Amino acid sequence: MPFWATYVFLYLPIVVLVLMSFNSGKSVYTYEGFSLKWYGELAGDERIREGLVNTLIVAAGSTVIATVLGTLLAVGLARHTRSKLLDALALMPAVLPDLVLAIGLLVFYGMIQMTLGLHSVILAHGLFSMAFVAAVVRTRLTNADTSLEEASRDLGAGPVSTFMRITLPQLLPGIVAGALLAFTLSLDEFVIAFFTVGNSDQTLPIVIYSMIRFGVTPKINALAAILLLVSFTAVIAGQRLTKIGETRAQD
Amino acid sequence: MSRTRFTSRLPAAVAVAGLALAAAACGGESSNSSGGTSAAAADLKPNADLSKQKLQITVWDGYTPKELPEKAKEKLKVSEVEVTLHATNEEAMTKLTAGGDSGIDVAFVSGQYAQALNAQGLLEPIHPELIPNLANLYPEATQLSYDKGNKYSVPYTWGTTGICYRSDLVKAKPTSWNDILKPPSWADKKVTMMTTERWLALPALKALGYSVNTEKDEEIEKVKQLLLDAKPHLLAYDDTTFGDRLKSGEAVMVEAWDGWCPTTDEKQNIKFEVPKEGSDLWVDTMVIMKSSKNKEAAHAFINYILDPEIHRWAAENINYKVPNKAAMDKVTISPGSLLGIKPAELLNGESLIDLGQASTKYTRLAEEIKAQS
Amino acid sequence: MKSEAKARPASRGRRLGAFVFLSPGLTYLIVLLLVPLGLMVSYTVFQRGRFGGVVYEFTTENFSRLVDPLYLGVLGTSLRIAAVTTLIALLVGYPTAYLIAQLPNRWKTAALVAIVLPFWTNFLIRVYAWIMLLSGPGVVNSLLGTKLELLYKEGTIVAGLLYSYLPLMVLPLYATIEKLDPQLREASANLGASAFTTFRKVTLPLTLPGVMTGCLFVFVPSFGNFVIPEMLGGNKTVMVGNLIRNQFLSARDWPFGSTLALALVAVLVVLLLVQSWAARRA
Repeated sequence: MPFWATYVFLYLPIVVLVLMSFNSGKSVYTYEGFSLKWYGELAGDERIREGLVNTLIVAAGSTVIATVLGTLLAVGLARHTRSKLLDALALMPAVLPDLVLAIGLLVFYGMIQMTLGLHSVILAHGLFSMAFVAAVVRTRLTNADTSLEEASRDLGAGPVSTFMRITLPQLLPGIVAGALLAFTLSLDEFVIAFFTVGNSDQTLPIVIYSMIRFGVTPKINALAAILLLVSFTAVIAGQRLTKIGETRAQD
Repeated sequence: MSRTRFTSRLPAAVAVAGLALAAAACGGESSNSSGGTSAAAADLKPNADLSKQKLQITVWDGYTPKELPEKAKEKLKVSEVEVTLHATNEEAMTKLTAGGDSGIDVAFVSGQYAQALNAQGLLEPIHPELIPNLANLYPEATQLSYDKGNKYSVPYTWGTTGICYRSDLVKAKPTSWNDILKPPSWADKKVTMMTTERWLALPALKALGYSVNTEKDEEIEKVKQLLLDAKPHLLAYDDTTFGDRLKSGEAVMVEAWDGWCPTTDEKQNIKFEVPKEGSDLWVDTMVIMKSSKNKEAAHAFINYILDPEIHRWAAENINYKVPNKAAMDKVTISPGSLLGIKPAELLNGESLIDLGQASTKYTRLAEEIKAQS
Repeated sequence: MKSEAKARPASRGRRLGAFVFLSPGLTYLIVLLLVPLGLMVSYTVFQRGRFGGVVYEFTTENFSRLVDPLYLGVLGTSLRIAAVTTLIALLVGYPTAYLIAQLPNRWKTAALVAIVLPFWTNFLIRVYAWIMLLSGPGVVNSLLGTKLELLYKEGTIVAGLLYSYLPLMVLPLYATIEKLDPQLREASANLGASAFTTFRKVTLPLTLPGVMTGCLFVFVPSFGNFVIPEMLGGNKTVMVGNLIRNQFLSARDWPFGSTLALALVAVLVVLLLVQSWAARRA
């Protein structure tokens, strides 16, 4: 009984949200009949479109940074140092409250007189995403077989070529999973973006935030329904991908 | 083993060095950032080629007609007019004061915020010769206390704060700030007050007969008591959605800015009243950022807004009064609209000014009120 | 070339490797994490500028303000709200995780993904869903035909936080419960222990690390949250997150805002230490 109650608790609000997006009336509270007009309005909303494009730019940019740096960092931490301090440092962006990161970055950008824009959010998202990528890749590294790497080194390959030829292919599923995680985290991130984004560009979560602050409209429901669909597909696809990656890696 | 431990400390040492460097950098910063008010005005050319300039404007959501950027671009022949939206003065201020070039050319902020921006040396002085349409303003609108003579700001809209209410749901028409502060039982938990600190304090300040700009601790203390007593009877502190709450009937009386009181709603059951104890005169202004690289275009834009035809169009579109006599003379007043309130009535209100250091008293007041459970 | 590489002493290669792999990430961490944190630390002893910004004059006022009853009260409210949320999440999350772990294998993953799925949808939209459900003219009231006052209470904030972070409780709990050897419980039952005693003496102690992690995962984001108190609390309840946000957005008091943010971190560090101490004892 409590088992199902948990799921009802988790899904009831979402179901109502989606249902109301098909409301033909003006209110989000009373269902008046089926209509897709709010989806039409949504498609015509330039602000949301721009927010979506900006969000995708930020997510792509920060994922690239996080994946490259996070992977290198994971390998470095697992293979080239035993420092607990560095381990903790690498995890810190994932553990610290987002508000603290956001404020630190705002203060820092202010001090170096950096013009805020999408680039400042990309750098900020890169920071915490890197920690997640590093953590995911590291778990794979600790489970990975080190004998191949040792053999490669014994045969005279440098650390870089050992990495490129041996370690990287072994790590690929982990890296892909990490990158996916980084991308999804960035897509939904609000607090850090809110504090570090410039005046002229807003990411989608920021647009949603100000829309909600100015009242409830079925347009937000329509947006919510679409975002839900995208997230659900992404999570399920991600699950499949990592599974395929894992079975392949085992072969 | 010992060597790995030694090398692992190296990055930590680098980190510490980095911190030391940062600390040194902020030490060096102090001399110029604490510097006083605005420096000399830039040398602007009246005949500059605007087609090489573009404009980035930040303004409240729904505060300019949708087609404005497009029309302005066409008329001014600038290469681009882009508008970004902010929800509150505070949001705009954070980004404008964060340091560096905010990328904004023209910002719309309330008068007391313009004053604060200017005190930080962030605003370009207005070059009146580039804005001939300044002549269209009401004479009173050039002598507002936050910026006498429009030295660094140009008023865009003005208005007052009052009680917005559902005429069909109240048992008696509200006439006093006490109607919100001590609501009768039929309005219990059906009133909202604003959350931005100066407007949060306003009803109590006025109900007690104090100035909206008071800095006296004993007055603020009494205001605090009154507001604390009012809190249990409130629905919420709300700056943005009180209009919707009235329309849905969730609230029956709210503290509201005149332009955001939806009196023109088709049902015609929402009215606005300035309480008898008086209220404020707020002014939303346009300012030009010192960091702007498009200052000629920025002046041309402000001049364009002050054009009687354009300013009238804006006023009718957003339902806020504009301090532009030439525009107001032409304005069509739709049923229920508050555009008919005369400047003389507005000027009874007390102008809000920035209180500098004393503004922390209001921050604290707001924190104390909201934190009380 | 090859022979040269071979001749190179191993330790040099290792140090080069350490440099190649570690330096990009560490540089990034130093510049964008440690330097900003250092700046915040340095701001704690400086003064607020008249119109915002920072005046680089030494003061201890920011620290004395921290122990002001007003701010201690806010801290207390935040701790209470976060603790209640965590407790409820544990009470709901534990049986859920336990039951998922008992499911046949092919259902396990599905059940688990279903728990996590809502977590991957936009946080603001999940909060919005609650406004829609609970507000005065909201869905619940219009379905029931009532005019209940459901929003803008402390309980609403707890509900919103619980909704947002429950998956973070279930996941680590599931991970530890899954690993439990069922034979242990059988042995306990065979020795005559009641189901409750088995749970208390065997299952619970063994899953304690998961409980700790789950609690931490829920507590940390709840404690520093500012969006939910603002949207579901009607601005009538102030939590630490709101206070910090306001120092930066409305009070323009960066030094005190930094001090508060670091105090938030300090509270969390203390909790982490308590947790790791408890985990070691367990």
